[in-house]
Amino acid sequence: MDEQHVATAPAEAVQKLRYYQKGTFTVGNRLVAEEERTVQASTHRSNALTCGHRACQGCGEALGARYAVDAAMRATGNNLIAVNATGCLEVFTTPYPETSWQLPWLHSLFGNAAAVATGVAAAMRVKGKPHVRVLAQGGDGGTTDIGFQCLSGMFERNDDVLYVCYDNEGYMNTGVQRSSATPPAARTATTPALGPEPGNVFGTGKSVPKIAVAHGIPYVATATVADLHDLERKVTKAMSIRGARYIQIDVPCPLGWGAPSQDTILLARLAVECGLYPIFEAEHGVVTHVRKIRRVTPVREYLKRQRRFAHLFRDGRDDPRLARLQAQCDANIREYGLVGPAGEDE
Amino acid sequence: MLKQIEGSRAMAEGIALCRPEVICAYPITPQTHIVERLGELVKEGDLANCEFINVESEFAALSVAIGASAAGARAYTATASQGLLFMAEAVYNASGLGLPIVMTLGNRAIGAPINIWNDHSDAMSMRDAGWLQLFAETNQEALDLHIQAFRLAEELSMPAMVCVDGFILTHAVERVDIPDQAQVDAYLPPYDPVQVLDPAEPASIGAMVGPEAFTEVRFLAHYKQTQALRLLPAYAEEFRAAFGRESGGLLRRYRTEDAALVVVAMGSVCGTIKDTIDEMRADGVAIGLVTLVAFRPFPVEALRDALAGARDVVVVEKSIAVGMGGQLATDVDAALRNLPEPPRLHSAVAGLGGRPITRRSLHRLFRQATDAPWEGTHFLDLNEQVVGREIHRTRKTRRSGPTAENLLRVLAEPAREAK
Ligand SMILES: Cc1ncc(C[n+]2csc(CCOP(=O)(O)OP(=O)(O)O)c2C)c(N)n1
Ligand code: SF4
Ligand SMILES: [Mg+2]
Repeated sequence: MDEQHVATAPAEAVQKLRYYQKGTFTVGNRLVAEEERTVQASTHRSNALTCGHRACQGCGEALGARYAVDAAMRATGNNLIAVNATGCLEVFTTPYPETSWQLPWLHSLFGNAAAVATGVAAAMRVKGKPHVRVLAQGGDGGTTDIGFQCLSGMFERNDDVLYVCYDNEGYMNTGVQRSSATPPAARTATTPALGPEPGNVFGTGKSVPKIAVAHGIPYVATATVADLHDLERKVTKAMSIRGARYIQIDVPCPLGWGAPSQDTILLARLAVECGLYPIFEAEHGVVTHVRKIRRVTPVREYLKRQRRFAHLFRDGRDDPRLARLQAQCDANIREYGLVGPAGEDE
Repeated sequence: MLKQIEGSRAMAEGIALCRPEVICAYPITPQTHIVERLGELVKEGDLANCEFINVESEFAALSVAIGASAAGARAYTATASQGLLFMAEAVYNASGLGLPIVMTLGNRAIGAPINIWNDHSDAMSMRDAGWLQLFAETNQEALDLHIQAFRLAEELSMPAMVCVDGFILTHAVERVDIPDQAQVDAYLPPYDPVQVLDPAEPASIGAMVGPEAFTEVRFLAHYKQTQALRLLPAYAEEFRAAFGRESGGLLRRYRTEDAALVVVAMGSVCGTIKDTIDEMRADGVAIGLVTLVAFRPFPVEALRDALAGARDVVVVEKSIAVGMGGQLATDVDAALRNLPEPPRLHSAVAGLGGRPITRRSLHRLFRQATDAPWEGTHFLDLNEQVVGREIHRTRKTRRSGPTAENLLRVLAEPAREAK
């Protein structure tokens, strides 16, 4: 085990920042203390998901996975095994005989990643290798729908697995169908923008982060590729804990959302800033930390950049259902207390 | 050590002697007693260094076993009937990945109508899934086959299913010789995986395979099964030498030397068939039995040799491919296909959903095979009157209602009338 790869204890008290890039709120590495710089900034990063994979340009899932797995590898001194559900991430990383994975990696089925990971963790215990940790990962479909039973079982048993869900709000690998993580009004191949109520139905779907919190597991967090610092910190923190852990990352999908590849980070940021995607942490069933919105943005700004919501702006008029989406954002802001003292991050 | 013991508990003792490292448990009758006993052994500390995991479904049970096996641990689970179907996707996945998981199948019918009793429909539903499928005739063999199954599965890196008749074996209390740990350790070496998830040597397992190699992957899976054809008799022979009894192998013959009529069957019913054969032999009928232990791989050559001299072959099986007939009969037929003078094949389906297979009915069946052979599939002890009435009724009435419930109502009538 290379000592340099071992993470320092997760920074509980996050450095207060006064300076960040205008407009993006991105914090450059040179502005933060050395020990808080990203794993990606280090020449010792493991490149867990290395180049040559077949993801679309601007794929949020590829970016999220790269950061999450690298951070988990650093936190465990590379003693990490990954279990992957079927989905884009699985398909675009292993066009055999090529593989992008620089760590032991197993793909079994679409709906069983959490259970397979439980098995790997059990094997590590009986083999006397408890320092080798397990990360399970899958898309929102593989997590919130078909893999949900296995996920809940893994949570309930408090198995020593970090499950990372890359939430691109649809079944992208099969051509953009609706999942239980697809937002209301969104057009997918199975919620077409047709009829009097085009797109996905309002009042459906579920929040798996909330359900995870209800399991009372040691750690639950949501994260976003718009804040990779925060994402790395959460993965690092998760790896410092034993038991079942869940991190769900908002990962825009240019293809499925109908957005330019260069807008991935912008969209992820707007999803947070409008309140549609609350970023929080919970421990043992209690929400412990919320990422405040710096400058509240109308949900319209987020939606209008994506073709999956184009029907909300047809003929230059705003669809009245925009108001329902805004109401959902406002409710999130109230429920999680997303708006705090102006300009303050934490 | 000889013990008067329930089949499930005996199997659990035998499985524990194989030192499984991860056991996944989910309840379904009639296999439940096996995992319950294993759970006790783990809790008491008699089975050390073993993770006993209570999962939330059979799909998870086998998935946990897949993860454990791929990470280098000896993994075991058990199921039956609906449970096997619930894990079906993982059943194919385990063999496709080449993971030597051992699973007990407490053979039970598949619903609807829901039925907890014994037949072989569950095993047959997964006959093409790439697992080894071994059928036990007695509780002693059920225990012994697990020891051989771990050895074979790990040698070939493929999963193995030990099929044990629900209730008839799993719940029967009889005398079983439980081996001691040293014996089993000498026979079954520690698991040395051919592939393993290891941070020291990172490998990607489970990649997508396209048309360029899929045929070859499947060919090699089939090839492994043919390897098992060679190893099964060898391991059974080694087992006999070490443990002093016959268990396993491909098939066993009973009084087939000069037999004009040979019965083919699997599992516990072979005991009843042997008794019937003894009685018929006493009456001068030249009849014998071939007990198949290995259903997958299917021992085509050994079976052909065993049946070559027969004039008639009766296949008695506890399962039906609805719309076709008995699966075992179909496979036996395929084995006989190229004989210059193949015996006549008679297919009988018996014991479905736990219906007892009696000597009396077997006598009738075997005599009928030569005296008045039937076409297609014969349903042993079919209640033709009830079936006839139901067919007639459904023809007459459009909204005839649910079939199963109708039959039960008809069957209850005479009893009610008698009151
Ligand atoms: C049991 C089963 N059902 C359906 C599929 C088809 N399938 C493969 S990937 C996929 C979509 C994956 O969606 P998600 O989990 O959200 O991941 P994404 O591709 O969006 O990253 C589907 C439906 C499958 N492989 N297995
Ligand atoms: S379809 Fe979406 S999730 Fe899949 S590779 Fe392309 S951008 Fe990524
Ligand atoms: Mg998705």
